[in-house]
Amino acid sequence: MVSGQKNPTDHRPLTTDNMEPSLSTYLALSGILFTIGAVGVIFKRNAIGMFMCIELMLNAVNLTFVAFSRHYADVTGQLFVFMVMSVAAAEAAVGLGIIIAFFRNRQSVDVDDASILKN
Amino acid sequence: MATTVLFFIFAGLAIGCALSMVYHRNPLYSAVSLVGVFISLSCIYVTLAAPFIAAVQILIYAGAIMVLVVFVIMLLNLDEEKPLNRLRYLYSIGGFLGIILLAQTFFIFIAVHKSPKKPVATDETVGKTMSIGANMYTEYLLPVEIVGILLLMAIIGGVILARRLSQPELTLVVNNELDKRNESEEKDDYRIAL
Repeated sequence: MVSGQKNPTDHRPLTTDNMEPSLSTYLALSGILFTIGAVGVIFKRNAIGMFMCIELMLNAVNLTFVAFSRHYADVTGQLFVFMVMSVAAAEAAVGLGIIIAFFRNRQSVDVDDASILKN
Repeated sequence: MATTVLFFIFAGLAIGCALSMVYHRNPLYSAVSLVGVFISLSCIYVTLAAPFIAAVQILIYAGAIMVLVVFVIMLLNLDEEKPLNRLRYLYSIGGFLGIILLAQTFFIFIAVHKSPKKPVATDETVGKTMSIGANMYTEYLLPVEIVGILLLMAIIGGVILARRLSQPELTLVVNNELDKRNESEEKDDYRIAL
């Protein structure tokens, strides 16, 4: 199953001989995960739940990066996965800080309670 | 063939864990389901010949970020969400958005599936730690520096946001909150005593 076992001069596409799922399959999985994350952000009322749904969407995008990186044998996609992970870590630090500060003022993490700017 | 079987096993696991994350009201159950999504995605990265990204996925997401999230859930002592009194139209908007995104996914799947198949380039060094490190510190040095500055800003912002302020009026607010909390606890005790 490892493509390195093939003859190096053999350039038959791997996607047609059923050895590996094709690029479109990975994109479909990524799209489904992104959809679940996007719908979850709207359905959740808990700030931490929304935060976790955003992490899920970032992971879905990472999967497309890695799938394209595999398809084109280009390492750039995996480098940008690394960047996305760094941004997710920064987002976790700042986002959870905001959630703690909000909880300290309102005794709640319900996003519907964050309405002090309304009216 | 083994790759295909493994991919479908872990894809099903990822989708199931993601659905369970959205379904559960208890944030701790959601967090554990999200760890399941991260681990199955890491296994899919292994089938995509990206071992470094798979290891980093486990280390950063399942190791660092989720520990932080679970820590905050425990610290804030969150219980289950209250019954929904949110505006009804948000649910229709959410369902509509989900249908649109699923339709787009289906369209992309069909379009990419029907596109002429180029031979997959088989470069065995791609995805190994050495090629990632070499590219990161030569060609993509500027993005790495920018990410470093971003992380520094996140550290400073996190400390500033989460510290306990010591200005007099703010300590007054905190004291009032403590009094309120004690009052409610006393009320509960009274009820129990009755």
